[in-house]
Amino acid sequence: MAWETIDRNKPVTAKEAAPLLTEAIKDKIRVFFDRYETKRAVLLPALHITQEALGHVGPQAMEEIAELLEIAPSEVFDTIGFYTHYWTHPKGEKVVVACRSISCQVMGGDEVLEACKKHLGIEDHGTTSDGKYSLMTEECLAGCDHAPCLLINEKLHEKVKPEDVATLLEDANNDKIEMPRSDLYDGPPGGSVDSDSKAADAPAGE
Amino acid sequence: MADYEPVLLKNISLEGSTDLKVYESAGGYAAARKALKMTPDEVTEIVKEANLRGRGGAGFPAGVKWGFLPKDREVTYLCVNADESEPPTFSNRVLMEKDPHQLIEGTIIAAFATQAQKAFIYMRVEFHEPFHVMQNAIDQAYAAGYLGKNIFGSGFELDVFIHRGAGAYVCGEETGLIESLEGKRGCPRIKPPFPAVEGLFHKPTVVNNVETLCNVPHIIERGAAWFKSIGAEGSEGPKLFCASGPVNRPGCFEGPMTITCRELIEGDGYGRGMRSGKEVKAVLPGGISMGVLTADELNMVMDFDDPRNFGLLGLGTAAAVIIDQQQDIRKVLANITRFYSHESCGQCTQCREGTSWMDKIATRIADGVGRTEDLDLIVDVTKNMGMMPGLSICGLSDGAAFPIRTIVQKFRGEFEAYIAEQPPTSTLRVLSTFN
Repeated sequence: MAWETIDRNKPVTAKEAAPLLTEAIKDKIRVFFDRYETKRAVLLPALHITQEALGHVGPQAMEEIAELLEIAPSEVFDTIGFYTHYWTHPKGEKVVVACRSISCQVMGGDEVLEACKKHLGIEDHGTTSDGKYSLMTEECLAGCDHAPCLLINEKLHEKVKPEDVATLLEDANNDKIEMPRSDLYDGPPGGSVDSDSKAADAPAGE
Repeated sequence: MADYEPVLLKNISLEGSTDLKVYESAGGYAAARKALKMTPDEVTEIVKEANLRGRGGAGFPAGVKWGFLPKDREVTYLCVNADESEPPTFSNRVLMEKDPHQLIEGTIIAAFATQAQKAFIYMRVEFHEPFHVMQNAIDQAYAAGYLGKNIFGSGFELDVFIHRGAGAYVCGEETGLIESLEGKRGCPRIKPPFPAVEGLFHKPTVVNNVETLCNVPHIIERGAAWFKSIGAEGSEGPKLFCASGPVNRPGCFEGPMTITCRELIEGDGYGRGMRSGKEVKAVLPGGISMGVLTADELNMVMDFDDPRNFGLLGLGTAAAVIIDQQQDIRKVLANITRFYSHESCGQCTQCREGTSWMDKIATRIADGVGRTEDLDLIVDVTKNMGMMPGLSICGLSDGAAFPIRTIVQKFRGEFEAYIAEQPPTSTLRVLSTFN
């Protein structure tokens, strides 16, 4: 195999004209400042918020987060590299996570993963050419009582059979869960502690 | 155990069990009101007296842990460990998804006992439903005045926040969790100092598992003597057990820690036996980290002590995965080695290198090109890693060593039979693909 050479004449990140983190995103992150003693502790929530808004957290977004949290960009990069949930390059609209742990393997998880690969035409950590789906495997999703499991964005699909995978992946609503939402990550920006915004719709008499 | 009365799971079948009103009508928040009228030390004493051992895996008594906090502290933090990542454990998910107020009540009491004014529920990011359920329950509790300032008129103040993780098994280790909360890589810290002295943001910190805290309201309400009347000495109180794999009724069950592994698989109130045509080959009874039992060892009692008699590390999370006769033990081993090589944080050389080399060896065996001496090599590696020989910072490498070693030792005959069946040229064939 040949070594891949790096072109050192080009900057590692080509700066885009506009900042990626809008004020709305920054406001959402700032809500968390009160909760922790240090701004660095807001890093995980900040990365979640940024990834949800932008789809992934690239080098420029990392630098902007670092500036907001008053830490070094290398510290953001250091943390982001540790966790499997963050994407530093673009991912599909929906991420299909196949559980590969022991319960799912015993109950036929490998076949489900193969069916996903075949249907989407991609390998582990691949993204379909239309940008709709990314596929990855992860350790135990804690749904072992209904193994094998597939997680599509927020929705956990249980007792998945290989022959059902095609129908499941064609379903447009396969990634949504129907339940009352908290205001934490996807609510209106700029709210203070969650209780304030929620107090209004709490049941009467409380 | 037909006569066992569920405690932790008593609310889960109620209609709208996640709602505050339903929880209160079932007697909820009475314990918190009662506790907040006592002194923090009295609450700690009751929990100590009940010998509530941590349900997260290590089994350390919760009351003793609270008692380690320095007396002259100013700020205390409480962390709720909801990073349930141990395969195949899902009891915390059930507790949070079905009865979130029980955890909040336990958190209030524990925070009062430790005088913590902020509690962080560190929840793994894959928990989407439990997250929304918990957050809504927290919002309800704030609205009712059960969280925030002056709780139940006692002057006690507590804020509870959910902190979502980002996919790392090692963040379930208490100091790894603290590092992750501080926005860093989830690498466990060297102890001492223990978190009780220097934890989150260098302040005294208590980290308790979800199930441990869910026990606390019941102890306060019904007393330490009641709690100790369940189970056996040293393993008191109700416990959640998980069963997964090809059993008739996989799920999360509650029972005393006097049941055997066989009862968990076959009992009427538990797994209800194997599916037709399936027979037990092996059981990993305490999450995968504790080690393996063969089909002849199912009489092991699911308590804190008996697993050691079977070469296991401990009770762990009491979540059993049953492996049936049709499964290839080589693939089971390769799955487990892959898990640990992927999840080792990489700080300690023995763990980082040991787990990844064992994965390479196990994968080689699973690919049909193993050697008999590989089995000795794996056992040798497992004996040279972990906290027990004093070689690592956290228990992850012990958790890796025990299942891998017990699988190789207890199923050695099976591995050797597979290796003996391999055509003699297979090793050469695979080696030739490397060039």
